Amino acid sequence: MLNASTLLLIPLLPLLSFLFISFIGKKYLPTLSGTISVLVLSASAILSLAVAYNYFFVVGMTNGFYQAIIPMKLEWLRFSPGVSIDMGIILDPISVMMLVVVTFISLMVHIYSLGYMKGEERFAVYYSFLDLFTFSMLGLVIATNLFQIYFFWELVGVSSYLLIGYYFTKPSAVAAAKKAFIVTRFADLGFLIGILVLSFHSGTLDIQTLIARLTTSDTTFYASATFTGFMGVSSLTWGLALVFIGGAGKSAMFPLHIWLPDAMEGPTPVSALIHAATMVVAGVYLVARLFPIYAISSPHLLELIGYIGIISSALAAIIACTQTDIKRVLAYSTISQIGYMLASLGVSNYGGLNGEGFSASMFHLFTHAFFKALLFLCAGSVIHYVHSNEVRDMGGLRKKMPITHLCFLLACLAIAGIPPLSGFFSKEEILAAAFAHNQTIFYIAWLTAGLTSFYMFRLYFLTFWNRDYVNHHESYEHHSEGSWNMKLPLLILMLGAVGAGFVPFHHLITSDGQPYESEFHLNITLMAVGLSLFAIIIATIFYRKKNNLPDKISSSISQLYDFAYHKFYFDEVYQFVTQTILFNTIGALSSWFDKNIVNGAVNTTAFITEAFSETIKPVQSGKVQGYALAFLFGILGLIAILFFFNF
Amino acid sequence: MIDQVPLTHILFLSTALFFIGAYGFLTRRNMITMLMSVELILNSVNINLVAFNRYLHPNIDGVIFTLFIIAIAAAEAAVAIAIIISLYRKINSIDPEQADELKY
Amino acid sequence: MTAYQIWFYIIASMILGGALLAVTARKIFRAAIALLVSLIGIAALYYWMHYEFIAAVQTIVYVGGIVVLIIFSIFLTHNPGHTIEEPVNIREAFTFTGCFAGFAFVFSLLNRYSFEQTGDALNHTMQVADVGRALLSTGSGSYLLPFEAVSLLLLAAMVGCIVIAIKIRTK
Repeated sequence: MLNASTLLLIPLLPLLSFLFISFIGKKYLPTLSGTISVLVLSASAILSLAVAYNYFFVVGMTNGFYQAIIPMKLEWLRFSPGVSIDMGIILDPISVMMLVVVTFISLMVHIYSLGYMKGEERFAVYYSFLDLFTFSMLGLVIATNLFQIYFFWELVGVSSYLLIGYYFTKPSAVAAAKKAFIVTRFADLGFLIGILVLSFHSGTLDIQTLIARLTTSDTTFYASATFTGFMGVSSLTWGLALVFIGGAGKSAMFPLHIWLPDAMEGPTPVSALIHAATMVVAGVYLVARLFPIYAISSPHLLELIGYIGIISSALAAIIACTQTDIKRVLAYSTISQIGYMLASLGVSNYGGLNGEGFSASMFHLFTHAFFKALLFLCAGSVIHYVHSNEVRDMGGLRKKMPITHLCFLLACLAIAGIPPLSGFFSKEEILAAAFAHNQTIFYIAWLTAGLTSFYMFRLYFLTFWNRDYVNHHESYEHHSEGSWNMKLPLLILMLGAVGAGFVPFHHLITSDGQPYESEFHLNITLMAVGLSLFAIIIATIFYRKKNNLPDKISSSISQLYDFAYHKFYFDEVYQFVTQTILFNTIGALSSWFDKNIVNGAVNTTAFITEAFSETIKPVQSGKVQGYALAFLFGILGLIAILFFFNF
Repeated sequence: MIDQVPLTHILFLSTALFFIGAYGFLTRRNMITMLMSVELILNSVNINLVAFNRYLHPNIDGVIFTLFIIAIAAAEAAVAIAIIISLYRKINSIDPEQADELKY
Repeated sequence: MTAYQIWFYIIASMILGGALLAVTARKIFRAAIALLVSLIGIAALYYWMHYEFIAAVQTIVYVGGIVVLIIFSIFLTHNPGHTIEEPVNIREAFTFTGCFAGFAFVFSLLNRYSFEQTGDALNHTMQVADVGRALLSTGSGSYLLPFEAVSLLLLAAMVGCIVIAIKIRTK
């Protein structure tokens, strides 16, 4: 089962589907392309589940450890005897888990899009982009080589760009796509330099060799990476930090988070797949993939990552409390939850119970994929129904959309961490890990959990309660909650969001591959659940019925509210830096240089050439006797040369 | 007898004739006189061939070559005059200074 | 000074005088007549060298053919008595220098060179029958192939003249 040909099918099936739709399906099967795509993805998802079963329960465990299996590794480009770019497949707990998550969520989104995107003009193109994304993401998670990760990393960025800009006639969508691409591309520069630094010192790009060489302190590679340095920090730490910058860009961590909320311009199912469940966790996955190096060789950097994660988490949660666009609230919620995952990695050590944070982070990644995808798809259904993103156009939808309402409620409870839903388990583990290793992070995380509950239920009540539904679009009156293909994924994902927490993660995915027994911390559980319930009650009081309490509160802290409402002015700061400093100052200088020096050099060359040719042009007079005269003198000159030199 | 005049004198004659022809070809502002200059040049060559045959070579090869050159000169003159007449129709002049359409 | 020598220098001065007048005369018709004199002088030179046949050919083809052709074309393109424009001054100077230098060079070369006979050429007499045989036979010293090539060339020249000079009537 775990042979190369079977495993290759998992990423290659979406690729084939992409090629088929792009070259044939788009033109000849415009409406059937979606169905083809869904069938192909189902095959991929079933294979992934089978692989996961085989890996976790049949062959993966040897001597009490989950070993990494490499069924395939092809050398693609060799630079030197040690350094080469390979294309391979690695199977270890996190990659197998990611395979399942990506194919499963992608399948759900594929099915959902059949209904949501029905009647779109570029329906087939949409599916081809989705398949391209799925292929890239799968290629990323099974990468054996750091450069292979980078390769698919960029491919993921491209497909994300294409999907955000799907409604390319909308200027805001185009701007958002460009913003996402440029910001992540900027961060990827760090990633690339990080890869080069790490491979320079370790002499390899292969991840397993890299980990082996940079975690054992008696190797020459380790010595070279730690003894050289820059600004008092060793090369190894710099390399890891630069790699993390790439991850932070993709995962929308502070201060590179600005692209994610704008990315909601894409179709809602895309947001569910890419900007909530899969692509944005690539940064977390990257850190997890290189986790032994971070944890063993550079624990201070890991701690910094933890702080960056929890600060992003808290900021995003505060901003989310003030936003009124349903998708933007969910986007900030995503940033917040990914920050949680990184914070959890930051409080982890390598091995055994000390690695609880790692396990918890992966656990949260897993559960978050389900409930966040579910939230987005529910939001999609709501938007589909009311034709607006703004919560003020919603309200009182619970009777109109009972299934969506139920799913959304359960997903909110899950993200709020109410037992026994999935979010409870993963959050509890994160908080426990944080409590054991870093009290500061623990308290911020705890408060953020409360905020999370508050803004999620604020969103829930504003959307489904608050007041009776008023239809703003008369012409859309009669249509229902959505066809079966929109409801089915909701229900399946709801089961996931409810039940994913019962997966025994600390047995399956741990930092060193060795299962451990997690402890149950009753006091932390009580603290977290208590705060969540309290936040939910406040949200209920504020938003269940329409009243002026929220306005009063917000006006009493109006400065903070405005600050959060304007997303802490990050966009404005970036605008200032790029517009005023980069474009107007440095850009003007280089523009002057280009116009006067570069252009001047080109123009001077042209001028000299022209003047020269003007000078010698009269030789071509068109006068036949002039030519004959030149011929005569040529002959005479030749004779003179031959004669006087006695040839 | 003929050997009272040395061969070189005949060659001087033909050389002078050649350069007179060349001078005419390069300076005359009329295509017909240019053609006449070309005839002079060809004749200077003919004189050379015939003189060499007479003085140095006991055979008739030089004479045969002269005959061929006369024939070819006739053909050349005919073609040249056809071109001149065609040009005259086109630009109403046979001054080579006027026919400079092929300049830069 | 024998009669042979005197005749040669008379003929030479006739040739060169005619040629000089042909390239310098301002009246084109006068130039054509000077050319005629020069060509007749060349025919006389051939006669002086005892090549009566080639002298006859020279007279018939050049004097009777080409010069007449030239005079016809003069009448086609000029009023009789038309004066040719002055040469371009600077080009004339260059041309004169070049031609003089060339002449001086060849002159000095000829002065220093001694020609050698390949046999008793001076007593060799040419029969017209030899020319006919040489032109129409194959083998050593025979010129059948060039003869045929020249006949083809003449045909081509004839066709070419017609094509170039023909006036296409436009409706």
